[in-house]
Order: sequence, then C-alpha cells, then structure tokens
Amino acid sequence: MDILGWINQAITEGTIPFLIRQTLIYAVPLMIVALAGVFSERSGVINLALEGIMIFGAFVGVLFVRSVQQWGWFEAAYKAKDWMTLQSFSLLTMAVTAALGALFAMLLAFAAINLRADQTIGGTALNLMAPALVLFLIRILANQNTLQMATGDSASWFMLKESYFGFGVGRGVNKTPSMGFLGQVFVNKVYPMTYVCILIFIVLAIILYKTKFGLRLRACGENPQAADSLGINVFKMRYAGVGISGALAGMGGFVYAMTTANCTSNGDVAGFGFLALAVMIFGNWKPGNIAGAALLFGLFKCVAASYGSLDINGDGIYMLKEIGVSAHVYRLMPYVITLVVLAFTSKSSRAPKAEGIPYDKSTR
Amino acid sequence: MSKMSLNGLMKKDGAKTVMASLLSIIIGMAAGSLIILIVGLTTPTLGVKSVWDGIRIVFAGLFTTGRDAAGALTFGFNPQMMGNMLFRATPVIMTGLSVAVANKTGLFNIGAPGQYLAGTAATLFIALSMPVEGSEMTAWLVSQGVSCAVTYPAWLVWTAAFIGGCAAGALWGAIPGLLKAILNINEVLACIMTNWIAANLVTWAFDISALKNVVENTKSGYIYKTSFNGVETAKLGLNDLFVGSQVNGGILIAAVIAVLVYIMLSKTTFGYELKACGSNRFAARYAGIKDKRSIVVSMAIAGALAGGAGALYNLAGNTEFFWSTYQSLPAVGFNGIPVALLAANNPIAVIFTGMFMSMLDICGLQLTNLTGYNEFITDVIIAVIVYLAAFSLVIKMMINKLIKKDGKESVK
Repeated sequence: MDILGWINQAITEGTIPFLIRQTLIYAVPLMIVALAGVFSERSGVINLALEGIMIFGAFVGVLFVRSVQQWGWFEAAYKAKDWMTLQSFSLLTMAVTAALGALFAMLLAFAAINLRADQTIGGTALNLMAPALVLFLIRILANQNTLQMATGDSASWFMLKESYFGFGVGRGVNKTPSMGFLGQVFVNKVYPMTYVCILIFIVLAIILYKTKFGLRLRACGENPQAADSLGINVFKMRYAGVGISGALAGMGGFVYAMTTANCTSNGDVAGFGFLALAVMIFGNWKPGNIAGAALLFGLFKCVAASYGSLDINGDGIYMLKEIGVSAHVYRLMPYVITLVVLAFTSKSSRAPKAEGIPYDKSTR
Repeated sequence: MSKMSLNGLMKKDGAKTVMASLLSIIIGMAAGSLIILIVGLTTPTLGVKSVWDGIRIVFAGLFTTGRDAAGALTFGFNPQMMGNMLFRATPVIMTGLSVAVANKTGLFNIGAPGQYLAGTAATLFIALSMPVEGSEMTAWLVSQGVSCAVTYPAWLVWTAAFIGGCAAGALWGAIPGLLKAILNINEVLACIMTNWIAANLVTWAFDISALKNVVENTKSGYIYKTSFNGVETAKLGLNDLFVGSQVNGGILIAAVIAVLVYIMLSKTTFGYELKACGSNRFAARYAGIKDKRSIVVSMAIAGALAGGAGALYNLAGNTEFFWSTYQSLPAVGFNGIPVALLAANNPIAVIFTGMFMSMLDICGLQLTNLTGYNEFITDVIIAVIVYLAAFSLVIKMMINKLIKKDGKESVK
C-alpha cells in the first residue's frame, strides 16, 4: 500500500485518533504518578511506594464507585444520560482517592521523617502492604480476586461520546455526521478525567517552580540544614511533599484502573508505579521533561497493549503486526531506555541531593 | 542471680537483634489479628467465632489438622503441612541469603525477583532441552518425529540446570553491580529496571520457545514440569518422614548453601573484604581493598543465590511455571527482603526466618481452607514486619530503654 493511501486510511478509519487517545490514556496516569514521585523526592524523601499507593488508590476508587452505585446516588443521572452530573461523580471519586492516597502515604512519611527509617525499606513495605490488604478485603467483599463496579461499565458511566453532542446519532440516512478529526481525538471516547489530570499536572508544576511553597519544598530536598537555618520547618515541608505525592499517586492509580482496566481493582497495577518511577528518572526530576517522557512511554505501552488486537470499544490497529516487531520489544523498551539513561546521565543527574537522608537537626 | 545473668545476656547486641526481630514478628501478627478482628466484626457473614478461629490459625496454622464433626478447629502435628512448609521454605531461604549477602556489602538487593526469574528461565531451558533417556518427554519427542539420538543421564541434566540457573542469576545480579561500581548508579533503581527487563525477556523467551505445555490441554500458559523430562530433585527420604507432602532434598541443599555463605562471610578474607566495603566503601579502598570488585562480586553472588532459588523451586518436579509473567514479579523474590531483615543478615538465621516465612504461607492457606478469611492476611503481616524493619534502630532503642528500666527495678 502506498504511503498516502495508508495515511488517508489511517485518518478516516480512526487508527490515528485511536493511537493518540490510547497513548494519552497510558501517558496521563504515568505523568501524574511520576509527578507524585517528584514532589516526594524533591522534598527529600525517596518514594518507592508509588506502585503500592497506586494499588491502594485504585481499590479505594473502585470501592467508592461501587458503593455509591449501590446507594443509588447517581442512578437517575445515569438513566437520563446526564453526562455532566456523571462527570461530577468521577471528580468526587478522584478527590476521595487523592485524600486516601495521601493518608496511606503518611505511613511512609511517619517512618521516614519522624522515625528516620530507611526509606527504601519503608517504601518496599508499603508496596507489599497495599496489594496484600487490598486483596484481603476484595476477597471478603466480592468473594473473588477482582472488585468491579456494581452496575454497568466504566465506558457507559464516565466516558464522553460524540452522541452526547448530537454527532453520529440515529441510523441509516437520518444519521447525523460524525465528529471530525479533532473531535475524534479529543472528545469522542475520551475520559474527561484525563484532562483534569493534565490540568492538575500543570498547576502543580507551576506551584513547584513559581511559588514560595515550591521553592521551600525543593530547598528541603537539596539542603535541609540551610533551609532550616532560614526558618523553614523541614519536617512540615517533607510531610507536605509526601502527602501531595500520595494524593497524586492514589488518584493516578484510580485513573489507571478507570481508563485501562474498566474500573476494576485486583491488587495489581502491572508495574505501572515502577514505570512512573522510570519516567521520573528519565525526565530528570523535572515536570516538563516528565511530560515528554510519559508521552513516549505511554506510546510504547499503547502499542504493546493494542498490538494487533481490538480494544473494548471496537477500535484497533492491525498494521502494527505487519511491521513485524514483537510486542515484547515495546514492553521492554521503557525499562531498557531508563537503564541506559541512568548510565549516561549519572554524572549530570539532577536527583535531589538530600533525598533518602533523614533530616537530623543536630548534623550539618 | 539468674536475673542478673539474663540482663547481661540482654545487653549483648546479638540478643537485642533477636529481641527486635521477635518483637516485630509479634507486632506483625498482632496487626494481622487486629485486621481479622475488625473485618470479622463488621462483616455479618463472619462473626465473633470466625475471628477466634482466624486468630488461632494466624498463630498456629501450621498445626491445624482440620475441623471435627462439631465444626471446631482441631490441632495436632501434621506431617504433610510440615513437609510443605519445608518445601516452600527452600526458595525463600535462598532469596533471603541473596538479600543478606548484598546487605552485608551495603547494597539493597531489591533485584532478587528478576534474578529469580533469570535463574528459573535458564534452569527450565536446560532441564527441558537435554532429553533424558526413557523420560516421558523423550518418548513424546520421538512420537512427534524428532530424533533424540543423544540422551543424557538425569543427574547430569539436574546438575547442569542448577548450575545454569545460578549462573544466569549471577549474570543478572552483576548488571546493577557493575552499574553501581563503575558509574555509581543507585543499585535500587538499577535493580527495579532489571527486574522488569527480566520479566519481559523471560516472557519473550518462553513465548518463542517450544517448552510450552501442549501435551496437557488444561495447562495452557504453563511450561512443562521438569519431571516430564525425568528431572527432579532427589527426595532423600524426606517424603517418608513427611508423608504426603511436596518436600524434597532442596531444603537440605539450601541449608548447606546457607552454611557455606556463613563461612564465606565470617571466616574468609574475601568475606571480610565484602563486609568492609559494606561498612565504609572509601575506608575499605584506603585499606587496599578493591571496593569496585567487591561490589560487583557481591551482587553476582546475590544474583546466583536468587537464581538458585528459582532453580531449586522449578527442579522440584512438581512445580509448574506460568510463563507470561511480564505484568508481575515473583513474590518469593520480594519475600527474601523480610527474611534477610528478620535474620539481621546472618546466613544461619536466614534458614529459620525463611522457615518462619513459609510457615506464615501455610497459615494463610489454612485460613483460606478453614475460615472465611484468606491467605492475603499473611502478606499483610509480612508487610508490617518489613515496615518495622525499616526503623529497626528505633525498636532497638526502645528495647534498650526497657532493659534499663528493668535493670533499675532489679537493683531496688
């Protein structure tokens, strides 16, 4: 097939919009969880527990959605296809997961800040704790290893569809036209929480670099003694860093479960938290670079996941299979790239200087 | 008088370490029991009686024998459970040793899961691609039209597979070691990356291999058992001692290796060099110790031990490997961390903490079998223990204070 014909077909048949949408679906949780890592590490606390907090956040989110459905709060809105109200439901759930994610991360903060614990082991403990606790509760709640929504699926409750805006409605000759390219990419079959996450990412990046609070937080990760001598409460700042980190990771976990796992929780996010850690390192602890790294790794994830198969909404890409590169390569790439980047940038790494070192007032 | 000598014993550092470990075990089990209590009382289907049953199994699940006619739990010596405990302890002792050796050199080996997978893959590839004379697999290959002109004795294949597994693990462990020694890259980050690279590579290797079980239709997704090729670890009479269990000689091999590691670390110059690097890398270098070499070799040994864990577990003959593992890492690798931490990195103590860890495993299974709770509570207990180990210094200080108080009272 000639290249122009291929491009034309790709656009009209929805392959390109599909690829962009799917990449965003993977990239956005990665981005937000990598930023979670940044907030913790730049305040001076290594957060290896991103994976664990994500697992916990995913569970809390799914449990909340399930419970609210059982209480029947948004039943009427769902029946009336009132998507605005349903979106407020998803925002509410994001807030709940953020709050509980922050609470869970306090376990790490308390050990790392007050008890001067080994942060690597503390993070590992949280990574072991989250799946264990979550699976224990899921088995008792659902009598199986997966917790699902009470009714319906994530797409019918929380996904935007072009029909909400009067596009592609009806049958046969009466059918209204579909959305154009931009609509297909950014509106149809998109979870608005993706955009909420991007917004939060931008706001927090600005806070980290342009506000007094951000400057103080970063100072605590570089030279806590100097920060303390200027009257900054290092303990408070580090608590804030880990708290924001937990909130973002918890929320990221829920967004991941919602957008890629059909709003289910099974005590596993398939190493996504560690991938976010890789994104953070690849992005050199800087939000701008992290956004780029997340898009790159998101693309790899998307390609590996949709390799010659159909997704739940009936889109798909078969052309990838024809290129002949194994799906395993795409899965492997992010980790290999990160390792290579680690090797080449070890001399110029921008890792916070005081990360991993418990702050002790009596030392300088 | 006896109280005085007890106090003297308590003041020794080793005794304090044991106390700290026991304390974290007790706190961990108490936390598990607390969760059972809360969940049991708030879930209508469970209730108070189940809470009592659950807590008893958490503490003594190894000795449960089932329920009697009245539905009450019965306890007693259960040889099958004991044997299974030893069987499950084998790999976790090995990964515990792996983490302990790295810790002694000042490195946190969170890469044990990847090294375990590398060892598993190498072992299975070797054990299943050297046809053993008269084995089920050889007969099947011949029936498929593959000529098996060269066959090997089973013991040779076992040995090659075990050594191959250790070597693959050593290679995989040496990578973060090299990165640390030469480029000073944090070994924790390098290990996390190599873990997932291993998970993906192993999946890929098995995906294109001919070792996927196609003989038994129900076993799709699994690799052949090594016993299909007539290769399995000798039982050494342990199966007569623990009737009906899965135990084999692997536990003895693991124990011997633990003793060897102990001798290496405490009785040889090489071990001293490793420990010196762990205490202060730069001071060690000043004293003429090749610190970079020590780091690489230490990680390679750690990798070999974790790879050996994979080898021993998969050579048992009754275990099957689920090959599509790119989304998850083996828990036994991570469980090496609590095993080593509880043992305070002492290789001999690792044997016992490894058994404790597998005992918890058995308790979990019994919890699933006999009550409305499930095995995941044991993972919660393990997580609590690791969490406490993160600030073991604080716990030791607490014990110190307690002992001092106790001492003062005895003087009065």
